[in-house]
Amino acid sequence: MSAESNFTRPARLAAIAPYVWMVLFFLVPFLFVLKISLSQTAIARPPYTPVLALHEGWGAIKTAFAALSLDNFRLLVSDDLYVLSYLRSLVVAAGSTTILLLIGYPIAYGMARLPQRWQGVAMMLVIIPFWTSFLIRIYAWINILQHDGLLNRVLLALHVVSTPVVWLSTDSAMYLGIVYSYLPFMILPLYATLSKMDQALLEAASDLGASPREAFWRVTLPLSLPGIGAGALLCFIPIVGEFVIPDLLAGSNALMIGQTLWLEFFNNKDWPAASAVAVVLLLLLLAPLLLYDRLQRRQLERT
Amino acid sequence: MSEDTRHPARTANSKAATRAAPGVPLLRIDAVVKTFGRFRAVDALSLDIAAGEFFALLGPSGCGKTTLLRMLAGFETPDEGRILLNGEDIAQIPPHRRPVNMMFQSYALFPHLSVSDNIAFGLKRAKLPASEIKARVKEMVALVKLEGLEKRRPDQLSGGQRQRVALARSLARRPQLLLLDEPLAALDKKLRESTQLELMELQRRLGLTFIIVTHDQQEAMTMAGRIGVMDAGRLEQVASPRELYEAPRSRWVAEFVGDINLIEGKFDSDTEPHPAMARRLAIATGQAGTIHVAEPRQPLAKADVCVAIRPEKIKLSRRAPAFDDMRTINRLEGVIADVGYLGGATSYRIRLDSGLVLRSSIANTARLDTDAYSPGQRVVAWFAPEDCVVLEQ
Repeated sequence: MSAESNFTRPARLAAIAPYVWMVLFFLVPFLFVLKISLSQTAIARPPYTPVLALHEGWGAIKTAFAALSLDNFRLLVSDDLYVLSYLRSLVVAAGSTTILLLIGYPIAYGMARLPQRWQGVAMMLVIIPFWTSFLIRIYAWINILQHDGLLNRVLLALHVVSTPVVWLSTDSAMYLGIVYSYLPFMILPLYATLSKMDQALLEAASDLGASPREAFWRVTLPLSLPGIGAGALLCFIPIVGEFVIPDLLAGSNALMIGQTLWLEFFNNKDWPAASAVAVVLLLLLLAPLLLYDRLQRRQLERT
Repeated sequence: MSEDTRHPARTANSKAATRAAPGVPLLRIDAVVKTFGRFRAVDALSLDIAAGEFFALLGPSGCGKTTLLRMLAGFETPDEGRILLNGEDIAQIPPHRRPVNMMFQSYALFPHLSVSDNIAFGLKRAKLPASEIKARVKEMVALVKLEGLEKRRPDQLSGGQRQRVALARSLARRPQLLLLDEPLAALDKKLRESTQLELMELQRRLGLTFIIVTHDQQEAMTMAGRIGVMDAGRLEQVASPRELYEAPRSRWVAEFVGDINLIEGKFDSDTEPHPAMARRLAIATGQAGTIHVAEPRQPLAKADVCVAIRPEKIKLSRRAPAFDDMRTINRLEGVIADVGYLGGATSYRIRLDSGLVLRSSIANTARLDTDAYSPGQRVVAWFAPEDCVVLEQ
């Protein structure tokens, strides 16, 4: 008996479907980007050479491949701009993930300890912002933070400040926007692990002489590490590549890598350089992505 | 913080502390009330437990036994009443400051800690020196026979091994009082029986006081020196296993503990008993005629009574036994309705001519079955007055 006879044909098709999807919509486009990153910029359409011309036969393809080079990657290393952008992205992502954790953990902890019927309400409150377009919410923040915005008017009215404070186009505004936007992604996995935790474990800790504080550090926190890991990676990975929030809320003196990529692509029309930036970004994020995958797997094995 | 360190030190000297107060019970539960909303889970309950006792709280689910245990551990606070441990009221003391430990029904082992670290958890909270913790963990591991498994995590252990870790963890701090919440419920029957004996042995050897909560009467009877039967937040009876079985104080206890035949009747105090029947009472029952019972210790206050006889006390014979013996004075004729062979005993249901159904259990003392009855067979069921208990309705 062969192994495949254990499954019906539809079941086998269903098992293959996600791989087909990944190959078609992730791997193939990535190979395009990889190929462009190895090409040279040109004033043409498309704006790079060589162009693969499959109809011209094997010889042409071979010449096209021979023309590929690592020049764009050398450029990334040689120019400060790129290295600084990558660094800024990592620093901003690490900083905001830390702030998100510090704010998100107490919220998730409180939610998990609410009476059962209030937990659903709290969950709704966390999710409701998603019902409004993300862009509109960021524009709302611009409104609040701008020179004659709500925040400054309130502060002036309360005589906390005498002249309007510059909030917009600062790093603080950007961190505020990022933390505000990503908070649900931090809260939800944390809430999931904390609400699953067996209350008898805390009773056991207290029975064995642990004060509430000790019980938190010795039992609750270690057992919520998978949730902390999931929440942190779920925020860290997309924040590294974030473009909209820094572009709208931060100043223009330092760029995150998403902004640099956007400039290369749309302003400089340098597709090969932009592709190289994207490829390196992907490689940078591969480590945390694999880590996230392992955490998820371990979580699955436990349940 | 200073209080945290003070109590475990005292816990370690629990025996000395217990001896220091002669006459005072180790634990006194004094008119304790606990309500959840309108529901009185524990209703003005009082109970004394002496040092070194193995006490079982037995009752159906929802009777309040677990709530009572949780109040002793400190997870619930009584609304009224006092809980005195060595004469000191601990009712309002939080669980982490009580010299009492609990073994949880779910075991509640810390999944992220090894067997050793689970056992050491309470010792570390007591801030014992590292060398002493190590020695105490080793001692506990040996006590519950878990040598070689110290490094394992709870999810790498069998159910029986997890139960042992939970026990070792709750004993490690040498509590004055160990509370066990259905400790054997998750084990299979064979393992449960051997663990019962081990627990008893352990309790005797360490000289500890155990309070166990269980809904399994077999378990309570096997292990406990005294059993408190609870119903609706109150103690129905507190007695030794034998007394509980042979002298239940109420109809509820009689029906809850073991199997029993109940025959309702009336007691007429005016009729003079037969001279040969001194210290016996005659109960007039509707369905089984007059039944003679031994005089109860307390005179009956009410006329409506109920005669209770355990199935193994009802003998069967094909013909009526001779009348020369008072033991055979209660005799009822009927037909075998059905037969249940249980191995060690055979259980019969006898339909009396009046329609009443009695149950009789006959021990299978011989391998060859010469004295078995079959359905439809006419028999006489008889029992001694001393084997009857008369209960007020």
